[in-house]
Amino acid sequence: MIQVQVKDLKKYFPVQKGLLERILSRKVDYVKAVDGVSFEIRKREIFSLVGESGCGKTTTGRLILRLIDPTDGRLIFKGRDITFLKGEELRRLRKNMQIIFQDPYASLNPRMRIGDAVGHPLEIHGIAEGGEKKSMVFETLRKVGLEPPEKFYNAYPHELSGGQRQRAAIARAIIVNPEFIVADEPISMIDVSLRSKILELMKQLQSELDLTYLFITHDLAVSKYISDRIGIMYLGEMVELGLKKEIFSDPRHPYTIALLSAVPIPNPRVKRKHIELKGEVPSPINPPSGCRFHTRCPFKEETCETEKPRLIEVTENHYVACHKAQTLSIN
Amino acid sequence: MLFSSIISSILRRLKFRRGVKYYFTFIGFAIVLSFVLMALLASFISPYNPVKRAGAPLESPSFKFPMGTDGLGRDILSRIIHGTRIVLRITLLSMTLSFLIGVPIGLLSGYLGGKLDSVISLFMDSLYAFPGLVLAIALAVMLGPGEISMGMSLTVVYIPTYFRMVRGEALSVKENLFVEAAKAIGAKDRTVMFKYILPNIIPSLPIILSLNAADAVLTAAALSFIGLGITAPTPDWGFDLRMGYPYLTSKIWWPSTFPGLMIVFLTLGFSLFGEGLTEILNPRLVRR
Amino acid sequence: MTSMNRKPLLSLENLKVYYYTDEGVVKAVDSVSFNMDRGETVGLVGESGSGKSTLGLSILRLIPPPGKIVGGKVFFDGIDLTALSEDEMRKVRGKRIGMVFQDPMTSLNPLMKVGDHIVETIVSHEGVPREKAVERACSLLEDVGILPERFNDYPHQLSGGMRQRIMIALALCLKPDLVIADEPTSALDVIVQYQILELMRKLKQVYGMGLILITHDVSIVAEVADRIAIMYAGQLVEYSDVNSFFNSPLHPYSEALLESIPNIQLSDQKLKYIPGIPPSLINPPKGCRFHVRCPYAEHRCGEVEPQTVEFERGRFVKCFRYVE
Repeated sequence: MIQVQVKDLKKYFPVQKGLLERILSRKVDYVKAVDGVSFEIRKREIFSLVGESGCGKTTTGRLILRLIDPTDGRLIFKGRDITFLKGEELRRLRKNMQIIFQDPYASLNPRMRIGDAVGHPLEIHGIAEGGEKKSMVFETLRKVGLEPPEKFYNAYPHELSGGQRQRAAIARAIIVNPEFIVADEPISMIDVSLRSKILELMKQLQSELDLTYLFITHDLAVSKYISDRIGIMYLGEMVELGLKKEIFSDPRHPYTIALLSAVPIPNPRVKRKHIELKGEVPSPINPPSGCRFHTRCPFKEETCETEKPRLIEVTENHYVACHKAQTLSIN
Repeated sequence: MLFSSIISSILRRLKFRRGVKYYFTFIGFAIVLSFVLMALLASFISPYNPVKRAGAPLESPSFKFPMGTDGLGRDILSRIIHGTRIVLRITLLSMTLSFLIGVPIGLLSGYLGGKLDSVISLFMDSLYAFPGLVLAIALAVMLGPGEISMGMSLTVVYIPTYFRMVRGEALSVKENLFVEAAKAIGAKDRTVMFKYILPNIIPSLPIILSLNAADAVLTAAALSFIGLGITAPTPDWGFDLRMGYPYLTSKIWWPSTFPGLMIVFLTLGFSLFGEGLTEILNPRLVRR
Repeated sequence: MTSMNRKPLLSLENLKVYYYTDEGVVKAVDSVSFNMDRGETVGLVGESGSGKSTLGLSILRLIPPPGKIVGGKVFFDGIDLTALSEDEMRKVRGKRIGMVFQDPMTSLNPLMKVGDHIVETIVSHEGVPREKAVERACSLLEDVGILPERFNDYPHQLSGGMRQRIMIALALCLKPDLVIADEPTSALDVIVQYQILELMRKLKQVYGMGLILITHDVSIVAEVADRIAIMYAGQLVEYSDVNSFFNSPLHPYSEALLESIPNIQLSDQKLKYIPGIPPSLINPPKGCRFHVRCPYAEHRCGEVEPQTVEFERGRFVKCFRYVE
């Protein structure tokens, strides 16, 4: 069953210009943060979006949650088109889809006690108040491992460690029993020794509460650990999409291959062949023509400069946007 | 107005050791508190009726009249004690009103942004662009003399201060991730404003409040001084200063000096308190 | 080469660095000792607040107040750096020990061309004529993989990876014997990170300097370092060559750390985790600082601090499990 469907999603942000530039030129430039991305997330799966900073993965997450409005495209949640939902309807939708942010130091209101913050969604959606609310908050705090809950209920965020805050943020997200959660780099700002615990907690909550996750990360190793399926993004586009096994054992897009070969491995004896990429990620304001990766691709051909490759299915459930996807393979 | 900003800048330039700022805050607070007590207990502690003749006109300070008497033979000390009531009432009235009006408008404008924000900001900025005293005079002339109208004109003068400060803070606070988080859990704009943004602005408000109060004392005195304030014979520092200063040329200094000193003290009290609070509540603001 | 009586490049002896804060004394570095040889790369690994950055700064005597070196010695090429005057120390910094920070933007002057950063450093330290310095700066830029035409660019015109290359060029321009790199790639994306690590590996062969790589990511250390130093709560708990370490870590903390990080080479990995949270450096636990989170903790671990022992030649560990 399909939980979330993203169809040709686009988000262009206008570029802020200086006064002089605005007077001299009428043309508005756009950062094409997300440019025609399509994929689906199935119920009860963990789908990872992986890419480098600026590839549009975080914007995609926020678009799906309707925290920002898309420039174009369609968003379908449980068969219902939510692209244009507004006001009260959108607010009610928020009960079903939640987010966990990267920075647990900034995502909690510093002037709100943990208990109030975690219980606030209950109040907002009129689910529970007073004593009932408190007992639900206690239960949720226990669920995320903030025990004993009475100790954390009255604490302010600054009294908690990064890992504890992220747990509180997770509690806030799950207290209204959502079906779908966007987790935006939820462990990248947490101490190394506490990261695996948060990942474990998220997995455990998924099976307990039947959750579907969109897991956004720059870390391929983490995505390999946690996901069922993975989408690789480059410069606002999806370049490869497939089951975790497929992506890691048979990556087809040159960018995926390069990315995989750049991940450091905690084993000094493993020596890999590395694929050197030329230059740096081009500007998303004027992305390259044809395949956006052609400026750095070691396997570039003429067609790559002019023709945009479409995301095609190379093997079952494994999609690649590359003209040479059929022939290219690291094996 | 100039005076309080001079005090502020002097205090700011002094290189405080740790702790000194706490003393300043405390001294400021003590000054303000003693004036408040004086106002509350005015009828008990003032030796004479402030509006009745108590002795000969222009008697110099003595045991009987510690601050002397004014041109109509009224005890200056008693007038000063009762005058505290007026000045504090006006300050309180104008501060409360401008706070109650400026803060929500600033919050709304800063949080919602867009056209509404541009229009309100333009209006507030043009009010703010007037020198406070000039604006207060203009308003006081329109509203006529009296305590309430003085309070009203001061209110209008200080609304933009709150507005600008709260709007600016709201603009920066709303960029915080926790505001997006609040939207993500489905909070309404009103909830976001009052539960997430306002509580993060409030700590900066006491500072503005007490610095504005210092300013208001001076402006109120200035209005009375030029005769746009309280009607005689009600005791009022600014008005008494005005009535006393022609005698200065005849070396009769007390009718003007004592009310003047009181204005200075109360302003100083509010300024010290506000500056100390700034140091304590927002240490980074000042130090960098 | 007669390695017997050769002096180590850097030798720390019971180094203690404390921060005297309002909340109490933060023992950021507490009795840390280790030796490193010329041309070696040491990966200094620890979580945030483990004291690893303070350790790096204290070698250069650049600890910000209220921090102070309160005990121990830092021998660099046989000289005790803690005994030098501020003037003498200034000559060591940059000239003999270079530094690369996590965020190059804050270390570069935004109003100065990137090439001039290097030229100025060379001219002020060595007093060579400007033309010569420019020549050297250009060849350095080439060494770090930046086209010489970028010489006249300002820092903001460069990408994060390029700025970090400039920082490396700056650290190397006086041909130091030791470079301390504090999280040089943490702000960079994985591909750029790989490029920078490759660059450092290559430059080490060309310049032959020693390198201390401070990082929270053990995987990076596995990629580039010869030795690894694990810090926990202000103390060095394990010091070892990289191969033996990743083969069989000795200290329980090292073991748990390695088992808690996802490894892209493994499928269906089971991650373990370390219970509890890193301790406060104001009131560290009595005895071994890790004992509260340690699966092997015995009674004595909470009572007495274990001594550092040499488990095998060149492998040091601070844990009772290796004490006879």
